[in-house]
Amino acid sequence: MGKTLSEKILSEKSGTDARAGDIVIAPVDLVFAQDTTGPLTIRQFKEMKHSSLANPQRTVLFLDHAVPSPNRQLSNDHTFLRRFAEETGCLIFEGGCGICHQLVAEMFASPGDIIVGADSHTVTAGGLGAFATGMGSSDIAIVFALGKTWFRVPESFKITIEGRFPRRVGAKDLVLHLIGALEADGATYKALEFDGGTIARMTISDRLTIANMAVEAGAKVGIFPSDGVTRRYLTSRGRVNKYKAVYPDVDAEYERAVAIDVAELEPMVAVPHTVDSVVPARMLTGTKVDQVFIGTCTNGRLEDLAVAASILKSKKCHPSVRLLVAPASQQVLTTALRAGYIETLIAAGAILLPPGCAACFGLHQGVLGDNEVCLSTANRNFKGRMGNPDASIYLASPATAAAAAITGEITDPRELS
Amino acid sequence: MTSSTVLKGKAFKFGDDISTDHIIPGRYSHLRSNLSELAKHVMEDANPNFAHKVASGDLIVAGKNFGLGSSREHAALVIKLAGVSGILAKSVARIFYRNAINQGLPVLICDTDKIDDGDEIEVNLSKGEIINHTNGACLTFGKLPRVMLNILQAGGLIPYIREYGDFII
Ligand code: SF4
Repeated sequence: MGKTLSEKILSEKSGTDARAGDIVIAPVDLVFAQDTTGPLTIRQFKEMKHSSLANPQRTVLFLDHAVPSPNRQLSNDHTFLRRFAEETGCLIFEGGCGICHQLVAEMFASPGDIIVGADSHTVTAGGLGAFATGMGSSDIAIVFALGKTWFRVPESFKITIEGRFPRRVGAKDLVLHLIGALEADGATYKALEFDGGTIARMTISDRLTIANMAVEAGAKVGIFPSDGVTRRYLTSRGRVNKYKAVYPDVDAEYERAVAIDVAELEPMVAVPHTVDSVVPARMLTGTKVDQVFIGTCTNGRLEDLAVAASILKSKKCHPSVRLLVAPASQQVLTTALRAGYIETLIAAGAILLPPGCAACFGLHQGVLGDNEVCLSTANRNFKGRMGNPDASIYLASPATAAAAAITGEITDPRELS
Repeated sequence: MTSSTVLKGKAFKFGDDISTDHIIPGRYSHLRSNLSELAKHVMEDANPNFAHKVASGDLIVAGKNFGLGSSREHAALVIKLAGVSGILAKSVARIFYRNAINQGLPVLICDTDKIDDGDEIEVNLSKGEIINHTNGACLTFGKLPRVMLNILQAGGLIPYIREYGDFII
């Protein structure tokens, strides 16, 4: 019997014949924490009385969630992380470099890698064929020290994607549709493995968006096989030597198969307060929005800003809407500047935020007021997520977000010129 | 066994899909290095009175997909700091599950429809049974993988690794 992508990667790394349900111990290629999970990770690490890191050059701290720091407690947490990096020689990315998952994709992730991070959206790197998953601080502290961890080999769902996307419908609509179909716990502990003719035409940006949200169905990983698109991306990042073909066996066994014809998709929106309450954008016409947020590890990439800029070009935001834009990384920002996207967005009325998580999780830079409504390109709309349990968050694509910024209400972006 | 094998307390009942943002919202991230302050906000967005009412030994009883969302281990940690002795749920999100066990906080998968808010609950971890003293119901729960059981028995992941130096599976 053949193996799924997860079984293959975990077999190779653990040196065992890993099958779904087995528990294996495997070395980790990259381990990281960010500024809100890092301090506890370091405290747990110190409590182990383990003085050195297993692999300092593959241990990374990212300052991305609370940058620039909004208060002294978080500033002190940042100092604590910087000091740890000095002491141990691990890598650290300062505030303004970008969101951890974007930087992992740009600089580290390669097909067949095992990546663990103290952040649930570590799954994002599955877009590049890595077995990448989020863990808590204690688990990550142990990986800091030992360079390995235990995994339960997940059963896999095969998600076959066929067809061509209609105009202004894309990867975010697809993944929202998928989460709606699987439901928020439909893939708990499972791997989502993507397959089908459409993925060969998907950019790495699209794949990262889809893998990013695998965790919203409870999945442990969301993983794409590697191909020419992956190779070209790695080449553009100067690490083509890391390219490896990873794909499942044809006779692999899947727990469940889901087929999606993207030609039938339309712009989708997740309504408050769960990610799996998904409806077509057109059914929400008339829902007023106070804030539109374009950014995050889901949709803060160059391709996302390009879509938003193309819709907002020579237009103005609705007077009652605040449009916040946060590029996912410094490189996204500089490239978008050169391409003119940033100028277009600012001319339309956008507030540009520094590369980082920004308004995504309610700490600063865009906290919602009571009864306010935000349309966000993020991945979560839980109650309280953007800093106020009495506010509402809708999730959609950059195209749908840009359309709402113009009209002041949720709008099917295909209705705009 | 470091962690107690019998858990006894009152049930605090919650519904489905209680996320880590309900358990400890991101807006309190600045308190993450001040755990006693952070713990005052435990479950705030699901039940604002929880932190005042919960007593040592009490149990959180939830529907499906408890703890979905963020990887913040603080979610499991503040529940433990509040004195909660265990979590009973129909299902639990993956990262939260690992985090709770890593903190030495038992998480048991069972049919929580048979437990109401305020019921007196007794869990016997070694026998694998849950007794609802209020309505007399007796429940069983799914077994943990051995590696998780050992971590729980050591009182959490850090003590486990300090004891064994490595993972034993
Ligand atoms: S952008 Fe949002 S979802 Fe992504 S890592 Fe930052 S806080 Fe988490």
